[in-house]
Amino acid sequence: MQFPYLSVLIFTPLAAAVILLLLPNRQARLIRAIALTASALVLGLSAALFFISSPVVDGYRFIEKIDWLPELGISYHVGVDGFSLPLLLLAGLVAFSGVLVSWNVQDRPREFFSFFMFLVASVLGVFSSLDLFQLFFFFELAVFPKYLMIVMWGSPQTREYGGMKLTLYLFLGSVVALVGVFALYFGSGLNTFDMLALEKAGLPLAFQQIWFPVIFIGFAVLAGIFPFYSWAPDGHVAAPTAVSMLLAGVEMKVGAFAALRIGIELLPQGAQHWAWLILLLGTINVVYGALLAMAQKDLKYVIGYSSVSHMGLVLIGFAALNQQGLLGAGLQMFSHGVMTALFFAVVGMVYDRTHTRDIGQLGGLARFMPLAAFGFIVSGLVSMGMPGFSGFVAEIPIYLGAWRVAPWVAVVSAVSIVITAAYILLVVRRVFFGEVPQSLSALEDIHTRDKLVVLMLSLVMIAVGLLPGLISAGISDGVNRILQLLGGSL
Amino acid sequence: MNPESYFWLIPLPPLAAFFGILLLTWRKRTLSHWLALAGAGLAFLGSLAVLWRAFSIEHLAEHPFGVSIDWLPAGSSVMRIGAALDPLGAVSLAFVAVTVLMIFIYSIGYHNHGQPEGKDDLPGLPPRGMEMMDEHGHTVRAATIEPMYSRFFALISLFAFAMFLLVLSDNLLTLYIGWEIMGLCSYLLIGFWYGRPSARDAAVKAFMTTRIGDAFMLLGLAALYSLTGTFRFSEILGSPQTLEILSTSASGVLGLSWAGLIGILLLMGTVGKSAQFPLHVWLPDAMEGPTPVSAMIHAATMVSAGVYLALRFFPLIAAGWQPGGPLTAPMLFIGAVGAFTALFAALIALGQDDIKRVLAYSTISQLGFMLAALGIGAYVAAAFHLVTHAFFKALLFLGSGSVIHGMEHGAAHSGEHLDPQNMKYMGGLAWKMPLTFAAFLAGGLSLAGFPLLTSGFWSKDEILKSAYGLAPVVFYTLAFAALLTAFYTARQLTLVFLGQPRSRAAEKAHESRPVMTWPLLILAVFALIGGLVVKPFEHFVAGMLPHELLVELPESAVPVAVSVAVALGGLLLGWLVYRHAAKGQPDPLESALGPLFRAFHRKFWVDEAYQAVILRPAAWLAETAVARWIDQVILDGILHAVGRFTLWLGELLRSKVDRKVFSGGGDALAAGAQLAGSQLSGLQRGRVQEYMAGGIAVLVLAGLMVLFFLNL
Amino acid sequence: MLNFLEAHSLSILLFTPALAALAVMLLPARRIKLLRWFALAASLLPLGLSVYLWLRFDPALDPRLAFQFEEWLPWFPAIGSSYHLGLDGLSLPMVALTCLLTPLAILASFKIETHLRGYLALFLLLETGILGVFMALDLLLFFVFWEIGLVPMYFLINQWGGANRNYASLKFIIFTMGGSLGLLLAIQLIGLNAGSFDMLNLFRNFGSLDLSVFGLTSAAVKTIAFWAFVIAFAVKVPVWPFHTWLPDAHTEAPTAGSMILAGVLLKLGAYGFLRLVLPLFPQESARFAPALAALAAAAIIFGALAAAGQKDLKKLVAYSSVNHMGFVMLGVAAVASAVGGDAAAVQSSRIAASGAVLQMVNHGLSSAGMFFLVGVLYDRAHTRQLDEFGGLYALLPAYGTVFIFVSMASLGLPGLNGFISELLVVVGAWPLLSAYVAAAMIGLIFTGTYILKGIRQVLHGPLNLRWRGVLTEMSAREWAVILPLMALMLLLGIWPSWLLDLINRAVMFWF
Repeated sequence: MQFPYLSVLIFTPLAAAVILLLLPNRQARLIRAIALTASALVLGLSAALFFISSPVVDGYRFIEKIDWLPELGISYHVGVDGFSLPLLLLAGLVAFSGVLVSWNVQDRPREFFSFFMFLVASVLGVFSSLDLFQLFFFFELAVFPKYLMIVMWGSPQTREYGGMKLTLYLFLGSVVALVGVFALYFGSGLNTFDMLALEKAGLPLAFQQIWFPVIFIGFAVLAGIFPFYSWAPDGHVAAPTAVSMLLAGVEMKVGAFAALRIGIELLPQGAQHWAWLILLLGTINVVYGALLAMAQKDLKYVIGYSSVSHMGLVLIGFAALNQQGLLGAGLQMFSHGVMTALFFAVVGMVYDRTHTRDIGQLGGLARFMPLAAFGFIVSGLVSMGMPGFSGFVAEIPIYLGAWRVAPWVAVVSAVSIVITAAYILLVVRRVFFGEVPQSLSALEDIHTRDKLVVLMLSLVMIAVGLLPGLISAGISDGVNRILQLLGGSL
Repeated sequence: MNPESYFWLIPLPPLAAFFGILLLTWRKRTLSHWLALAGAGLAFLGSLAVLWRAFSIEHLAEHPFGVSIDWLPAGSSVMRIGAALDPLGAVSLAFVAVTVLMIFIYSIGYHNHGQPEGKDDLPGLPPRGMEMMDEHGHTVRAATIEPMYSRFFALISLFAFAMFLLVLSDNLLTLYIGWEIMGLCSYLLIGFWYGRPSARDAAVKAFMTTRIGDAFMLLGLAALYSLTGTFRFSEILGSPQTLEILSTSASGVLGLSWAGLIGILLLMGTVGKSAQFPLHVWLPDAMEGPTPVSAMIHAATMVSAGVYLALRFFPLIAAGWQPGGPLTAPMLFIGAVGAFTALFAALIALGQDDIKRVLAYSTISQLGFMLAALGIGAYVAAAFHLVTHAFFKALLFLGSGSVIHGMEHGAAHSGEHLDPQNMKYMGGLAWKMPLTFAAFLAGGLSLAGFPLLTSGFWSKDEILKSAYGLAPVVFYTLAFAALLTAFYTARQLTLVFLGQPRSRAAEKAHESRPVMTWPLLILAVFALIGGLVVKPFEHFVAGMLPHELLVELPESAVPVAVSVAVALGGLLLGWLVYRHAAKGQPDPLESALGPLFRAFHRKFWVDEAYQAVILRPAAWLAETAVARWIDQVILDGILHAVGRFTLWLGELLRSKVDRKVFSGGGDALAAGAQLAGSQLSGLQRGRVQEYMAGGIAVLVLAGLMVLFFLNL
Repeated sequence: MLNFLEAHSLSILLFTPALAALAVMLLPARRIKLLRWFALAASLLPLGLSVYLWLRFDPALDPRLAFQFEEWLPWFPAIGSSYHLGLDGLSLPMVALTCLLTPLAILASFKIETHLRGYLALFLLLETGILGVFMALDLLLFFVFWEIGLVPMYFLINQWGGANRNYASLKFIIFTMGGSLGLLLAIQLIGLNAGSFDMLNLFRNFGSLDLSVFGLTSAAVKTIAFWAFVIAFAVKVPVWPFHTWLPDAHTEAPTAGSMILAGVLLKLGAYGFLRLVLPLFPQESARFAPALAALAAAAIIFGALAAAGQKDLKKLVAYSSVNHMGFVMLGVAAVASAVGGDAAAVQSSRIAASGAVLQMVNHGLSSAGMFFLVGVLYDRAHTRQLDEFGGLYALLPAYGTVFIFVSMASLGLPGLNGFISELLVVVGAWPLLSAYVAAAMIGLIFTGTYILKGIRQVLHGPLNLRWRGVLTEMSAREWAVILPLMALMLLLGIWPSWLLDLINRAVMFWF
């Protein structure tokens, strides 16, 4: 049997989470060391998986399967394809960065890092699950640590509200999705939660058409689909930095990923039937999110709404249901994950030093923290879809895919590029350049750890932007598999 | 060495002088002027040799000698440039070379009075002179050397180069290049004393006015090239087939043939360059430059270039015309413009007090003579008048410079503050400045067309004779203009040189240095004897035209009689009217003519009209309409409106939709759960492990429920 | 090793500045002299390389068959886009111009001391972005470099610009991005239907490509795509009425930024017309040639009028770009109108096209020179208001002479470079677009007005005594910037065929 890479990957943070809970809070250094080690392991392993995985192999790899409740068809079944590998890498990157930027958490570090590790484990679990039940388990595993981290370490003004809102939305979403999952289970009549088996179930068309929206929308709530997005800005704003990074960077992809894996892959004909709706909602996401981001005064809200906008592109890519669209969606999930993580990381650094996120009260920060400014600018350029950065290579295929099925989507959503450029540049200018307000004189530069985060994430985005083949080759492979499920007709 | 092989090098010595002064010797004044002189001298010697050789060649016009090279690749063909020499070119080359050399020599004296640099002299202003002790121990102001002496010689060298280039060109392209470089030189030299606002404005005016003509000319050039595929004279003007096609194909503009349209477009360049109505306004103002520059512009270069172009393109202008037949459109155009301008400018000259301004309007008027002659087909007469006019007008300008110098000297001694160019303050200078007077008299008489003795008589007579035979209207107009010419010349001679001095400065004026007077005397010789060559000249230049364009005129005594009568009558009348002009008295003509004189004096208010009709609206158009309204208000306004609309939309969505509907809807939902939330929040105070355990318990419970649910 | 250099000479040229930018960032920020000289030396490398390419370039080879120095690597195979570079006679002069102006711009920025490291790095990055556009033979790659250049320019204006830099830089980038939006969409549509973004393929197959979408016919979509291309490039050129970003950007940009902006960035737009619009959309071009010509004439006239109406010297020079680039557009319109015409029309259009390309080079030289001279003055006087100067010729004879020289080159004085190209455009366009050419003459007259206004207000007139002792002559470094430009202006004015022959051959191939 092959080395159980994926299990090691998933259980490393899980184990770390449990170990951390057992340590006393006094041992802050040890706690951080363990968290860092675990996240470094995750990053290393996910990167290793990403690079050793040969892109030409078709279908899933690193599969492990252990029966758990065979009579119900539930098993521990993991495996990844070209689509999920970059997402694992993304999770690794964000986990590692999250630990680094949270280094200075003074308040109950044990719980903080433990919960964080739970979150990491849960996303890794979702990305590698090949069993519906297990996927759902990991999906739900995140709810509590997420809620708790927001209400305990979040920003004092809004954490109650934000945490509650987020939990409620996601809870409702997952309940809807759960109903759909059960419907699948029973509808297939195969008595199994094995997704590979369900893929081949050949579900009747009417069934697919009825249940697809339930499952897709249920999961897509976590991806911030219109009109169920409003948890996202509030939640991101309320959360502590590392959680915002993970939430916007990875958790939203979890929603999108689950929607793709279960909604589209298991109900392909349902997806084709409803694609127009997803396209419509995605387009609204893109334009509406961009317009709202422009109207925000709070730095974190700007990023929050920009995430809504960018996740719309992922949805469009999915709903295009063709090679370009899916490829772009995959790239965009990775690109947006890295970008938004870096955004939130920098915002956190800014907030730590200025204790404000009000754009009007900030200014000239590039003078004190040039590298943070650099990171924010790079993220901004990615977000603007500027060529040379990962955002562009992700958006182009999405638009290409959209052109093929619904040109108006491409045309309308492209408007957001300019709006995005406007608000990003305005924010960059107001926050990082210009006059320094008197209240902000003599700020410290960001710490070396933070610099490492900024450099690492920026370089990833630039590298992908210049050499899209790094990521796209694997994704194309995953896309081809999905296209086969879709009947290869599109 | 054979002139055929080197004639194309003639423009280069002045160009080399220009660069030499600009780059190397600009600190060394003497070296600079020697360099310039050497350039002009070499060109002069070369030109004479070329002229000599040209005279000796039979049928030079049919077989001009030339060289050419490929210059601009243009699509599948190539634009060739080169130099060629035919009779018109040889003659022009010669008169340009002579006048240029004389002007150069004169300039040395004009700008350098043998005194060192003044302490408070500034570049960009005429030297103020400095306080000095004379031999009697009196403090006097002595004129000082021009601070930008070297630059002056560099620029006039470039000017000369451009004119030589223009004359030697065998194609319209290099002709245009020389033409435009001259425009630049005139701009820089008219504005030589750029520190004076008037000079600065005059320079701009000169450049812009001629540029209006040039823009038309450029169109003509483009049209010509696109129809013929070449710029070379020999291939256009020397080819009867080409001319035939051009003159018979319709251009679609105002019913003109292509030859007609192109002719008029090119002649618009002439109108600008040769200062014909309505683009004449720059030339009088051009005297803001130093006097040698005026001489350059009025005689050797600029204005001659315009007429030269018209002469050069006469075959095109006259394409389709037979002597005696109806005039072609370009001929009609240039004839009308020329005749009108000749009269119009002569009238204005009557009312001018500035010694150079009178000459300036006389130039405009004389150029009108030439163009009118050309317009009625009198090619040879026009060419001849061009040459003689160059000599005597150079002479007159240089002479007036000498007079002004004398007046300035006198003013410096007497301490008077007066305009040294105003003829009202002069008088009696003939005895103070005899050499200048002699030369000026020769030039003036030539201008007035004093019979037999002067070259001006012969050339003007040629024109009148042709006009008499060809177009009586033009004849009468020109004859009247000639009368006026003689009159204002007499007025000028009388006011300046005769009678009593009308100011202390005029009393104290003295003769200029030999370096200035010698060129005057040499030019005076040319002005006088020029008429002797009229027959060989005609024969030589007439070779330029195909036989069918050579006009056989009926012999008649009328034109000769008229030209003698108007010249002598005008001179006499002028002398009679002005010989008693006294200090402080109004102009005798003013009392006689009243408002009419005012109109002359104010130049028929053309400048004022342009100011009101063209310049101010243009400034308004540029500053207010385009720069402010179109760009800043309309175009930027649209842009800003789009930007504001987007912002407004964002705000609207934020406040009205997002907060109220989507976020608010979620909140309403949340409100229901608020109760549970607030109860749960009590947990936060407890130990985390406890509710982590609670969490896991819930999860397990959920799992059990699922199992239970599934087992059903 | 040598083989590698041979095979990848374009890539080396393209990425040398970017690598140099990285290297600059690694140098210590305080060693200002080191930074300057390093950046200058680094920017000379591409110049040398471009000269090498120039010498190796064979103008007789037909680019429709193969570009020279071609390189091909897969870049984004998943969507059919590749890293495809190559040069022909249209792009080589632009590449050389870019490589020439960058060292001069860096040399012109030696006075800059604040955040010098970032400044120099941005400049070098900008060079890579511009070069990429001129070399790209893949539509998507073209767009990548097209947009990449915006970023350094934005920051150059925004960080080192004048008082109103925020407005100007935002306007610059948003205007350009907004303009390119249609281009991006059109490129996507084309790439999708053609299955690849390769320009050479597209040049061959574009006519038969079916672009129908939205229920519109392919021809209608091509018309829309044509206008999308046109607007994107027109914004960059800039053609009236898409030009209002330009004066603001120029006024606020640092001197060297203006030099590059006017010198090469504007050429990107014109190059887009020649490289893409005309070869890809010949029918549409022919159909809308009158509209293009009208825009060109409007640019020439309104650009000149607006320039004449300015009170700020730099704005005046900025508007002159609108005016001069109008001639490039006129040439483009002439080519467009000759599609399907007879041999005479084609010959005329080729002359106009040569003129347009040459005008791009010429304007690059003269506008860079003019902006530099404005900068020289501004460095000393700290004002650019025309009515605050006057009579400076007396104080600065050498500067004044240079100023007049460069002004005259810009005015199109025969004997200097600008004349040749304007002449070719006018001569070529005349038989095709007579009325527009005639209208453009109004602009030509006003060109004189504003050029002379600049000289009149700055150099001539009574000396404003305030400047006595304040203003000093140009330094050796400043001479080093302007002399190469002046030498080229003169050389191209007197003997243009060394360049024009190259351009003319390329034009013969393409149009």
